Amino acid sequence: MSTTVFGSISDYQKGSIEIVSGDPKHYVFSNIFEVASKSKPYERVVVGKNLEYVQEVMRAEGQSPWFACAHDEFALCMDGEVEIEFLKLKEPPPESKNGAILAGDTPEGKRMGLIRLKRGHQALLPAGCAYRFTATKLGVILQQTILGDLSVEKWNEICLQ
Amino acid sequence: MSTALSKVVASDPSNENGYRTFKLGKFELSRDEYFVTIRWPAKGQMRSHQMSAEAFLRACMRDVAWNFFYGWVNFDHVIGTRNHYGQVDLYAGTFNGIMKQAGVDYTERFDGAHIMATFKAILRDWVNEGFDPFAAPVETGTAFGTKQGENIEAIERTRIQTKRMPGLTGDSPLRNDMPINRAFADVSQDEPEIIEEPGFKGQLHAFSLFKYLSRSDVTWNPSVTAVCKASLACPTTEEYILPVFHGNDRVEWFIQLSDEIVWDVGDKNTGAPRARVTMKAGDVAAMPADIRHQGYSKKRSMLYVWENVTPDLPKRYEQGDLSPFPVDF
Repeated sequence: MSTTVFGSISDYQKGSIEIVSGDPKHYVFSNIFEVASKSKPYERVVVGKNLEYVQEVMRAEGQSPWFACAHDEFALCMDGEVEIEFLKLKEPPPESKNGAILAGDTPEGKRMGLIRLKRGHQALLPAGCAYRFTATKLGVILQQTILGDLSVEKWNEICLQ
Repeated sequence: MSTALSKVVASDPSNENGYRTFKLGKFELSRDEYFVTIRWPAKGQMRSHQMSAEAFLRACMRDVAWNFFYGWVNFDHVIGTRNHYGQVDLYAGTFNGIMKQAGVDYTERFDGAHIMATFKAILRDWVNEGFDPFAAPVETGTAFGTKQGENIEAIERTRIQTKRMPGLTGDSPLRNDMPINRAFADVSQDEPEIIEEPGFKGQLHAFSLFKYLSRSDVTWNPSVTAVCKASLACPTTEEYILPVFHGNDRVEWFIQLSDEIVWDVGDKNTGAPRARVTMKAGDVAAMPADIRHQGYSKKRSMLYVWENVTPDLPKRYEQGDLSPFPVDF
């Protein structure tokens, strides 16, 4: 039986598009490891967009700022090892606010605990909480969320054309 | 469903091969040792089309399990269904450019429960003992031959519905009691470490998605693993060929988690080829709202299918309120 191939920030191969008719841009084709390899730590680069919903890629390196979000988000560790600290915020973001926001250097709230993720692990980032990533090993996070103030769109840089 | 069941029209078993023939409106569906034959009226005569029995059963199984899915489920280049969410079209040639132009196509709309009951009755009768239409070809017996028993357990599976995330209290289960698939024997089975402060027991949650996927016993059958309002993560494991050409009524996204899938992409209405998209681990690609696609996975792979289930999307795309392409750049 052949080996299961997972990519990593230091070892990935990108696929391709053979066009018969139309434009390669229609497929908005990128690679999350390539995106992370060229990103700043914890820059939230949008790689998938379905109206207001997005998939963001983060290069997990060192410690992130505290983020907060009014709705559930989901972090999937695609490479490396990441620790996530959680705070139950005294004042969570308003429910009408979509996407993650910065929660400040010392957000006020109660410590809920932490989760340690390795490749292939998925964590719930619960609505109304603050969370902070610390990469214990350089990694890549794929985050399911909603387009927000911190989302970075740079499609011309990341997509096949 | 009992009323729908009573509407199922089936013949007695054939003396020749043991299979029943089914009627659905003006369509007639029959099978023999090797083939399924579909007949319909067009241009003053009955037309016909044949599919491999295995290919038909694999496609029909997905249509049933997915509850006709989002948009079009083309069983092949001639036959398929279109979901109107409550009602469902069965068509022959309608989304084949040449047949449509020749006027030999036919579409009939059914109450969703009626066509579902008929398709389920077909599967119960035509799937033989030992054949699992969800399984990879090397993991199951043959679909061919005269009627031999049945495999009800295999055809009663449905898409896993998840409210928030598998493993949460009251939500869909994890797969710890299921065996690891042979193709993912090398996938790590370790779980995330969760350390909760007093007073927050059960409020933090994580699981190994790769472990969960490594224990999937089906192919090409997405399960929901994360719900962010109307944004659904629907990862799945894929091996051999997607048994249908899925026609999109909205934009869908794929993120290749492991290995490789090649996608044939065609025009949604005519089937004319548009592109071949090769996705390797870490690749992300959109499937626009005006295409159909079919995938090929030479080794069992993990694919993250990402859907937007906002209720009015099909209408907005059909009316041209939304571009079929998700990003303009």
